[in-house]
Amino acid sequence: MDKNISFTLKIWRQNGPKEKGHFDTFQMKDIPGDTSFLEMLDILNEQLISEGKEPVVFDHDCREGICGMCSLYINGHPHGPATGATTCQIYMRRFQDGDTITVEPWRSAGFPVIKDLMVDRSAFDKIMQAGGYVSVRTGAPQDANAILIPKPIADEAMDAASCIGCGACVAACKNGSAMLFVSAKVSQLNLLPQGKPEALKRAKAMLSKMDELGFGNCTNTRACEAECPKCVSITNIARLNRDFIRAKLKD
Amino acid sequence: MWLSNSSVGRKVVMSVTGVALILFLTFHMAMNLVSLFSAEGYNMVCEFLGANWYALAATVILAALFVIHIIYAFWLTMQNRQARGNERYAVTDRPKTVEWASQNMLVLGLIVIVGLGLHLFHFWSKMQLPELMHNMGASVDPMTLSYAADGVFHIENTFASVANVVLYLVWLGALWFHLTHGFWSAMQTLGWNNKVWLNRWKCISNIYTSIVVACFALVIIVFFIKSLI
Ligand code: HEM
Ligand code: SF4
Ligand code: FES
Repeated sequence: MDKNISFTLKIWRQNGPKEKGHFDTFQMKDIPGDTSFLEMLDILNEQLISEGKEPVVFDHDCREGICGMCSLYINGHPHGPATGATTCQIYMRRFQDGDTITVEPWRSAGFPVIKDLMVDRSAFDKIMQAGGYVSVRTGAPQDANAILIPKPIADEAMDAASCIGCGACVAACKNGSAMLFVSAKVSQLNLLPQGKPEALKRAKAMLSKMDELGFGNCTNTRACEAECPKCVSITNIARLNRDFIRAKLKD
Repeated sequence: MWLSNSSVGRKVVMSVTGVALILFLTFHMAMNLVSLFSAEGYNMVCEFLGANWYALAATVILAALFVIHIIYAFWLTMQNRQARGNERYAVTDRPKTVEWASQNMLVLGLIVIVGLGLHLFHFWSKMQLPELMHNMGASVDPMTLSYAADGVFHIENTFASVANVVLYLVWLGALWFHLTHGFWSAMQTLGWNNKVWLNRWKCISNIYTSIVVACFALVIIVFFIKSLI
């Protein structure tokens, strides 16, 4: 059994994208170590509701690390102190008795705050709509071995495809760049024969959409890669750069 | 034009000008080393790179590279701050794999500019500039002119002062940080990277930058010690 801990929570409160935000402080008492971070916030919200106060708004859905909805910037790290894990996969045993835990929303011009810790990540949907698909009629399903793909390439495409679109890369980046996300979503298709015919067009379309939505210029700090819950590699960014430069040189 | 209206295009300009500047530094460093072995040899190089058309053309191209690199640096940094939004994080922490230099390229660049100004004042304004002014018909102090191609004299003069030695070493330090990140970052920007080459480029960046910076520093230190004895 994990021991119980008591700590101070500093949580960002903000009523809307244009409103001024501030921190609220809460004392949490005797929280078991095997409580997940989101369960801990549920406990806080139950307390707040029973006191007649407004609960803290935060995003979440699957609570098992696959949907990418949970988006909390905890003590200076998107998705908190763990590596290779989402906020919902963090347990309170990672924290010490008496700690102060600061929870902030993703802060980036591309992700305006909706309320408190919840931000609007629809910019990512717009980038996907710009080219994150294969536009051919697939017809009837083919045999799985009809198109042969070497194992290393399949692996790399799969690693890129593990991106869950959470936006931690943007939150971590001092330049507010979405390159890790965009490059993962471009790579997962461009690496494979099915995605190749539209590869250059896709790189141009998705990157231009990212620029248009006001994300920053990547300066290769690697903060995205370090904070990504799926450990997506910046070599995908190199591939995106390569495809984009090739496309522009061809034009 | 994609080199100005796309993020990757702007980065391509940064990296191409940056790599060209690294090549220039390499050449400059090699030239400096000559001064350690032979004063005459070094002064011959200085003579060769005086106010003649090819040296002037190279100077103009070099200045253009610098100006483009610097304008883009400020432009990118401004856009990036805007993309970050108005609200800053209350708590921040730098993950281990993030180099300090990578997040402070502008500050390091600014130190490089100050050092560059100092350097132009110490050398260029006493060497190529007076020759150029003389060629264009302006009146130049004959004393200045007679020393214009005597590079060794200017090196000895500059590095006899402890203050100058310290300033130049700080400048080189900033350059080291700028380039250990800048070198591999430029390769990444140009798309010339993958899982294997990422670590290779980082290693090459560190070694190459260290050699270049160390050779520059060596010349400074040797001339400083010579001035003492
Ligand atoms: C001898 C002088 C210099 C050399 C050799 C040099 C070289 C480089 C290189 C190779 C890069 C990497 C490009 C990339 O990531 O694609 C870079 C980036 C950068 N440089 Fe310089 N640089 C020099 C001077 C300066 C100066 C004077 C500034 C002025 C402020 C500056 C500001 C920057 C900034 C802000 C970046 C990061 C931009 C980015 O990665 O998007 N540099 N530099
Ligand atoms: S690349 Fe990583 S951090 Fe960025 S959206 Fe995808 S999973 Fe999240
Ligand atoms: S809630 Fe789905 S990944 Fe965290």
